Amino acid sequence: MRELMNGAEAISRAALDCGCDFFAGYPITPATPILLTMVRELPIRGGIAVQAEDEIAAIGMCIGAVVGGRRAMTATSGPGISLYSENLGLAIMGEVPLVIIDCQRMGPATGAATTTAQGDIQFLRWGTSGGYPLIVLAPPDVEGCYHTTVEAFALAERFRTPVIVATDKETVSTYATIECETLKPNMAVQRPILPADVPYRIFDPQHLDNVLPLASMDTHILRFNTSSHDPEGYLSKDPDRLSELNEHLESKLLHHREEVERYSYQPENDASTLLISYGIAAGSMQAAASQARKQGTVVSTLTLITLWPVPEDILESAMAEVSTVVVIEMNNGQYAREIERLSRGRHEVLSVTSKNGLLIQPEAILQSGGVL
Amino acid sequence: MTEAITTYLDQQQLPLPFCPGCGHASILKALDRALVKLQLKPENVVLVTDIGCVGLSDKFFITQAFHGLHGRSITYASGLALAQPSKNIIVLIGDGGIGIGGHHLINAARRNMNLSVLVFNNFNYGMTGGEHSVTTPAGGLTATTLVGQIEQPMDICATAAVNGGSFIARTTSFDNDLSEVISEAITHPGFSLVDIWELCTSYYAVKNKFGKKTIEETLERLSLETGILQKNEVKSFYTSYMEKASAVQKAASTHDHRIEISHASQLEQAVKISLAGAAGEKIISAARAFGQGAVRSGLYVSQRDDYPVTVKTGHSLAEVILSPSPIKYTGKRIPDVLIILFKEGLQKVAGLLPALTSEQCVYLNAELGEINTAARVRLLNFQHSGALHRRKEAYAVMALAAVLNEEDWYPVEAYQAALLSRKRFAKQYTAALDAAKRVLEPTNG
Repeated sequence: MRELMNGAEAISRAALDCGCDFFAGYPITPATPILLTMVRELPIRGGIAVQAEDEIAAIGMCIGAVVGGRRAMTATSGPGISLYSENLGLAIMGEVPLVIIDCQRMGPATGAATTTAQGDIQFLRWGTSGGYPLIVLAPPDVEGCYHTTVEAFALAERFRTPVIVATDKETVSTYATIECETLKPNMAVQRPILPADVPYRIFDPQHLDNVLPLASMDTHILRFNTSSHDPEGYLSKDPDRLSELNEHLESKLLHHREEVERYSYQPENDASTLLISYGIAAGSMQAAASQARKQGTVVSTLTLITLWPVPEDILESAMAEVSTVVVIEMNNGQYAREIERLSRGRHEVLSVTSKNGLLIQPEAILQSGGVL
Repeated sequence: MTEAITTYLDQQQLPLPFCPGCGHASILKALDRALVKLQLKPENVVLVTDIGCVGLSDKFFITQAFHGLHGRSITYASGLALAQPSKNIIVLIGDGGIGIGGHHLINAARRNMNLSVLVFNNFNYGMTGGEHSVTTPAGGLTATTLVGQIEQPMDICATAAVNGGSFIARTTSFDNDLSEVISEAITHPGFSLVDIWELCTSYYAVKNKFGKKTIEETLERLSLETGILQKNEVKSFYTSYMEKASAVQKAASTHDHRIEISHASQLEQAVKISLAGAAGEKIISAARAFGQGAVRSGLYVSQRDDYPVTVKTGHSLAEVILSPSPIKYTGKRIPDVLIILFKEGLQKVAGLLPALTSEQCVYLNAELGEINTAARVRLLNFQHSGALHRRKEAYAVMALAAVLNEEDWYPVEAYQAALLSRKRFAKQYTAALDAAKRVLEPTNG
């Protein structure tokens, strides 16, 4: 059995299959279809979907619902991510497992609402005060939307962190042919809960990279605190406590980078060029690689699914095999900065970008100077 | 039987940190008396705070605590109220928080979210140095109104009341019945608001020689009543939502979109078909069935739809790729076959026409006149469709079936099966498929 499905539907189905039982969103092109699906599907499953008064309230309600024990998701686009910004910081600080779908459209500001782009990539990582890490995953296609959303729920619970699925207008609204049996979660999404007899604690000062289970309001008195706090949730400005908390928020992700790295790497023997891409642009990269092959040139390709934390292990090892790296993305060269940083001048790093909303033409990659 | 709780204040955290004479302390003590009266289990009470001196309050209670961002406490409380409908969600917020989060107040009132909002209203921002707030009385001196406030104060109670807040009260921190009003607000099913006027003894009270008496005079000058101003029995959002949940299933009319492969296609290479029409003429749904027919025939399909943000005016463009193998890239610009049905669609694809060569074929509604292109042009003459000539919303199905008959990418029976699975329109589609056999003009020579 097959089905014609777009990314918005694939994301919604993944959320439902992961036991998502709370959704709050605000209508915005091109994320609205996810809101519509959740409004339709959640009530009959005992869940709740709310159209909030704005994006600030949407993510705020999700955070409240998660603290109250629900499993939540929200979906928006660039202008909504701008409004999510303060609460993304709160979700990082409060260690709230939450899945956020960013259906990117062209910016800046209102931009071109029905035009695809990947211009939020650095903003998603650095758009909160303090600059503490979260996870950003980019599905390469419609089927990837399903599996990446499942991964997002699993990683959100594993690390008690907001996870952003950075997709785009093209992927969420273009229909693709899907084999129905492939749309099953390939992992269980579990939420460890603090046992009733274990005292409430948010993090462990002895093991700062550990993630402690969420506590339930049915068994514990919770102290959720967006201000700097000690392990019990009480406000603290003691330099030692501040250092512990902030080290915890960083190391719980960065010390476990290998658990977060998701990618698809197709190395070719004797290739001197590595193409790197993610999301919708990865399709352009694959088309370019097969055209190059027809013309007698082989290149290695690396499709990144995890964008943040930067999957440095695979990038380092894949880049060690080549002299030229071409980074392909539908923005102004945002992720190429990370590749240049990791290259430390050892490679020719070329950037193929697009600013007109059209998918990157494979020819533009072939003519970038790094392939043919 | 468990012992009665004599205070909800956490003795280990006391004393309260507020300035001498600050109204916050007396309001928190009134809240404590209300909780003692109600004897709620501490785990069933959630104090939600945000920023400002009042935001320090939650840690002095033995209840659950959620301390969030400035002005957003009502949004967190709303999420909590939906996730934990049996708990008492109490927002402690300042007049600053009401200013920055007023939108959330209005909407929580309107929705009748099951939560209580206690406003610690001292007419200025005490934590940041006494700047004016939305409730600073006209003429009030603050750090940012050096010669007196020129704006009118916001009437918090009236704002919430006019937007449907089901329990609305105004009191002062000096009122003897404050804890009674608070306990009534907490037990009210649905949204409740208590606007509590009080003194900021570091800034507003000092600068304006504002005391208990001035509060009373201000209330009188503004003709504002105190006490419970509104109390209506309205179902909470949660209750209404749960009652309606099963009805959603009926209204949503979801159906199974899974497709069984029932036909076979001889297509060897991917082909891109663009269908250029006008909004409201069923372009996208005709194309979707066309894609479903191809999937029935074992092909892989992608469909990209394009229309203006206004949706019901202008062009409607469907770009469909059929391929014998999975489609990795959907960005090919030039279609192999371009079907142009209406002038809005022609305008949309006009830029493509000069790029077309004899490799490509344009199927053109003959009524649109001549086009300038190097592509092969085949004319669709809908006058031959009989009665359907006047039914422009049938053109897309007729065109796709006619082109399919000609190009033979997959059996037209598969398209028919996809169309007829939409039973509501079966009769219409059958007529269109029949007429499709007549609309394509023969080639010249």
